Amino acid sequence: MTTTQLPSPRRRSTASAPVRPPLNPHRRRPRYLREQISGWGMIAPAALLLLAFVFLPAILGFGLAFTNARLISPRPVEFVGVDNFARLFTDPTFWRALLNVSYFAVVVVPVQSALALAMALLINKKFRGVNFFRTVYFLPVVTSMVVVSLLWMFMYRKDGLINELLSNASFGLIHGPDWLNDPATAMPAIIALSIWQAAGFHMIIWLAGLQSISGELYEAAQLDGASRWHQFRYVTWPGLKHTRTLILVTITIQALGLFDQVSVMTQGGPLDSTTTIIYEAVRSGFKQQETSYASAISLVFFVLVLLISAVQRYLTREKD
Amino acid sequence: MKNALQLNSLGTMAIRILFAAVAAFPILFMLISSLKPDQQIFGDMSSVAAFLPIGNISFDNYAAVFDRVPAARFLVNSIGISAVTVVLGIFINSLCAFALSRMQVRGKRVVFTAILATLIVPFQTLALPLVWWVNQLPYFELNGFSLEISKGWLDTYQVQIIPFIANAFSIYLYHQYFESIPKELDEAARIDGAGWFKIYRQVVMPLAGPATATVAILTFLPAWNSYLWPLMVVQSEELRPVMIGIQYFFQLNVSWGEVMAYASLITVPVVVLFIAFQRSFINSIASSGVKG
Repeated sequence: MTTTQLPSPRRRSTASAPVRPPLNPHRRRPRYLREQISGWGMIAPAALLLLAFVFLPAILGFGLAFTNARLISPRPVEFVGVDNFARLFTDPTFWRALLNVSYFAVVVVPVQSALALAMALLINKKFRGVNFFRTVYFLPVVTSMVVVSLLWMFMYRKDGLINELLSNASFGLIHGPDWLNDPATAMPAIIALSIWQAAGFHMIIWLAGLQSISGELYEAAQLDGASRWHQFRYVTWPGLKHTRTLILVTITIQALGLFDQVSVMTQGGPLDSTTTIIYEAVRSGFKQQETSYASAISLVFFVLVLLISAVQRYLTREKD
Repeated sequence: MKNALQLNSLGTMAIRILFAAVAAFPILFMLISSLKPDQQIFGDMSSVAAFLPIGNISFDNYAAVFDRVPAARFLVNSIGISAVTVVLGIFINSLCAFALSRMQVRGKRVVFTAILATLIVPFQTLALPLVWWVNQLPYFELNGFSLEISKGWLDTYQVQIIPFIANAFSIYLYHQYFESIPKELDEAARIDGAGWFKIYRQVVMPLAGPATATVAILTFLPAWNSYLWPLMVVQSEELRPVMIGIQYFFQLNVSWGEVMAYASLITVPVVVLFIAFQRSFINSIASSGVKG
């Protein structure tokens, strides 16, 4: 990024100054100034919107977490120190939410990335009907998580489609549970539908990585008589190094932010077995209007995401 | 040898079909069930009939949905909100990426880094402070001939649009794409006397079709599917988007046929749109777009 092949006029003045003296500033000025003004004019709309609706709320959330702000309150906002955090860390529901989200992430991250890679490998090479399969695999991603949750809620009933399919497949031996109303099965049920919905998106990212691997490498491997497994192990897998990091980080962030499914299907129940950090934040911030407490939860969540991404980046860094 | 190869590709095809069946069966079940009365949905569940449009097929569930929910209004709202977000998003984000990629603007490196930094902030962490914040923003309203200023964006259309126009990921995608377009084209246009905006509009944007298709879909999907945000900031029925309509079915003695009809009603437009743009979308992401 820092060293470009074709140095731009402004860079050249520092890179190869002895060869060519800098242009007369008076001759250059009008064009240079016009470029600055138009450039900033083009950057400004997006930059100002991001400033107003991402940076400011983020800083605001940081500040509000140390106050007693409520969404609608006659009392003035006061600084209360770490009261919100003290309350949060002694709340058993918060620790339960953290446990649930960890459980969700530990299962979803490896399973979803593996399935997405399998799907990408299945449709990587051109064959008759490749577009049909690409479209069908991506179909669940196009369907909103809210609709998906509602649909699966119906399929997960005691007399629903999932249990009927299980019963048919096992010749009547398996009688499935009432998935979402049993604390033991509610989270696995949510995990299954989440993977079903989101795997297609990560399939596309894997596919981008696969397409960037040169076909000549495979030809060379085939000439050397490498088996399909060896081609995968020694050509595909190393070629996907950057994609792996991207997939790992995006699936983890997505998993930690679990909310829609829980909000539609279980409202955190039964017995807090599916509550999550974001669900708790929304419950206190929106239903109970405690903006400050919700901001404290959001801040803890943000630090968590940052920490985990940093650790993942460190573990998958280029070693040399 | 040839037989083994054929067997191998047959096996691969079988796995492809298995994955396709798993991906498609819930959606097929939803569409088929939306055409059946409740009693038949449950009756058909234990056999393959659950996936076939047979028996008592009608659009009665759809008629009932329009009675129970102001579905037409919700659809119009969502179409409007998504369309405005997509159009403004394409314009503002591509313009920003253009300046960052192709112009010599002082300090652009810092700005680009700051923009990319917003990618690590999940929206859920911003949502609650953002509710508080938009409630403090001024709101200008033209009432007859006088301009009225009121406070608070809660319960409006713009609160569902403006915070989502600028998007770091869209800027990143456009930036990546613009870098692949030869800069000599700009030089040639400049010699012909074209200004920067003209180069953007007539030289670079016409070449950025695949990037625009990708950004359009990636902006449209969250706009159409948004649920958490409108739930928090929109109370009036006439301003609500389609996903909030789901709430009208959270009650006892719900008719599942009607639920499936509403779910199909708000899913089918997106699926149709996606299939129409499918080729350019998946291919453009798969061939250039997202690379770590």
